[in-house]
Amino acid sequence: MNDMALDRAGVTVAPAPGRLARVERPPRPSALSNALVFGWRAVLKFRHVPEQLFDLVMTPIMFTLLFTFVFGGALAGSPREYLQFFLPGILVQTVIFNSVYSGVGLCTDLQKGLFDRFRSLPIWSLAPFAGLMVGDILRHAIAGGIILGIGLLLGYRPEAGVPGVVAGFLLLFVVGFGVGWVFMTIGLLVSTPMTVMTFGFTFIFPLVFASNISVNPETMPGWLEAFVNVNPVSHITTALRGLFGGTVTAGQVGLALLAPAALTLLLAPVVLALYRRK
Amino acid sequence: MADGQHLAIRARGMVKRFGDLTAVAGIDLDVPAGMIFAILGPNGAGKTTLLRMLATLLRPDAGEAALIGRDLRADPDGVREVISMTGQFASLDEDLTGRENLVLLARLWGFRGAAARGRAVALLSAFDLAEAGGRQVKAYSGGMRRRLDIAASLIVTPGILFLDEPTTGLDPTARAGVWSLIKGLAQSGVTILLTTQYLEEADQLAGRIAVIDHGRKIAEGTSRELKAQTGSGMLHVSPLGDHDRAALVLERVVGVPAHRSAEGGDLSVPVADAARATAAISALVAEGIEVGDFRMGQPSLDEVFFALTGGPGREDRP
Ligand SMILES: Nc1ncnc2c1ncn2[C@@H]1O[C@H](COP(=O)(O)OP(=O)(O)OP(=O)(O)O)[C@@H](O)[C@H]1O
Ligand SMILES: [Mg+2]
Repeated sequence: MNDMALDRAGVTVAPAPGRLARVERPPRPSALSNALVFGWRAVLKFRHVPEQLFDLVMTPIMFTLLFTFVFGGALAGSPREYLQFFLPGILVQTVIFNSVYSGVGLCTDLQKGLFDRFRSLPIWSLAPFAGLMVGDILRHAIAGGIILGIGLLLGYRPEAGVPGVVAGFLLLFVVGFGVGWVFMTIGLLVSTPMTVMTFGFTFIFPLVFASNISVNPETMPGWLEAFVNVNPVSHITTALRGLFGGTVTAGQVGLALLAPAALTLLLAPVVLALYRRK
Repeated sequence: MADGQHLAIRARGMVKRFGDLTAVAGIDLDVPAGMIFAILGPNGAGKTTLLRMLATLLRPDAGEAALIGRDLRADPDGVREVISMTGQFASLDEDLTGRENLVLLARLWGFRGAAARGRAVALLSAFDLAEAGGRQVKAYSGGMRRRLDIAASLIVTPGILFLDEPTTGLDPTARAGVWSLIKGLAQSGVTILLTTQYLEEADQLAGRIAVIDHGRKIAEGTSRELKAQTGSGMLHVSPLGDHDRAALVLERVVGVPAHRSAEGGDLSVPVADAARATAAISALVAEGIEVGDFRMGQPSLDEVFFALTGGPGREDRP
């Protein structure tokens, strides 16, 4: 059938919004309720585009399997021991990679004009961002949960038990929140989602791989070891290992929180200014 | 101010620059409440930029505006309460269903649970999308998208509805559908400011038309007034022979370039009276150009546009 409805006589009937009653606006909703509506949107996206979850968890799962079984024996004596070392690191990597997708999503929405619609509504102007963050945390939780689940199946054991894991995930959320600002900035600056992806990974790869996620830096050349030791990703990974393993120190957590805090302080105002200027 | 009460939009000296380019170069606009007002202009004229400024999406570099008495600069949030904007490109979430898109917006406006769903359902059926409501927007046709996009602007009945090129890219049936939809909305009391590149669209829908080009308003009035502005009458000629030579001869007689119809068969020039028209025909005959057909008439908006901008308007059929 064509766009228009055909009645029984075959006559085209135009839609008739003239018959729509006038509708007045309800009382203005709170900023929180606006933000939650955007969070609901993120949940709907998961339902309609389950593939995105596949994108998020496939790479880390492959990494876990490959590193554990191919290199594990050589690197740590046995795959099992290596997994114990590697799993917290792969969670950090997953959360950081995930943040790229949040920038990509933002850029897509901007490109599609969706944000224009949101911005011309009389709502809290930052609600769409708050919503993005709700969606991000959800993504981190789901992807992280799946990877941890697979780790447990393969024999990973967090010595600190449930409280350690909960604390570890909270740290991961904070990291995701902090790193998220970087990609939102990029998402607001460049015009195509593909570019966000390219920029994002160019920036991320050296940080993630020149870290202590997959190997102990003591075996690296001196200059690289020096870099790895100051790399914030290494600090985050160390803290997460500590939280899961029950050996964490306050200093480790402090160091791990340094980068997310700095990024938030530095970039949140930039993101808000860019968004308002758009 | 007395007449301020009847104006839905009152804009003065609106300016927007992008770097060196002045996209909107000082436009005044008075849109009476309840009217369909069309902004007509070719690609890059500044239509979208003007609308985005009025819809609080772009900060003007100069100028001021009041929308239903609310000041654009001082009270943008107040403006957002009374306007709604349907952009040039559908601003919908393609991954969500039509219904979810509307429920999402209804909730943002402050409708809760069942009320939000009820609002979505009412809009879907009014826009003939009830059946498609459960499908993802990415599966919609252009016409369905456009209708959903307009429906999304009507969650709360706005005082002013901005429509940026509402029918560009639609087939004639879908276009007629959107037209009757716009007329219906205007009847229910919504002031509509729309942009278009289609002269026929402005002619069909709008009570008043502003013609803009290179960021400036070059004419404004009812379609009848605009036509009158071009001259009291137009001489339409269908030469049988060399069109280019015929056009040159006509230009020599009336002093302005001849307008060519979209199909290329007709030439038309503004003429003040019958004597001028006779002189033009005689000149053609004297040059040995045979004339198949000629008649006097009102100029079409297309010809008005040509006379105003010195360039062709867009062809009327998409
Ligand atoms: N964000 C922007 N940055 C730089 N230049 C811009 C921007 N937006 C618009 N322009 C320029 O401003 C001018 C007017 O653009 P605008 O989109 O308002 O035209 P329009 O009349 O809507 O055209 P169209 O019929 O193609 O939609 C154009 O030359 C365009 O390239
Ligand atoms: Mg435009």
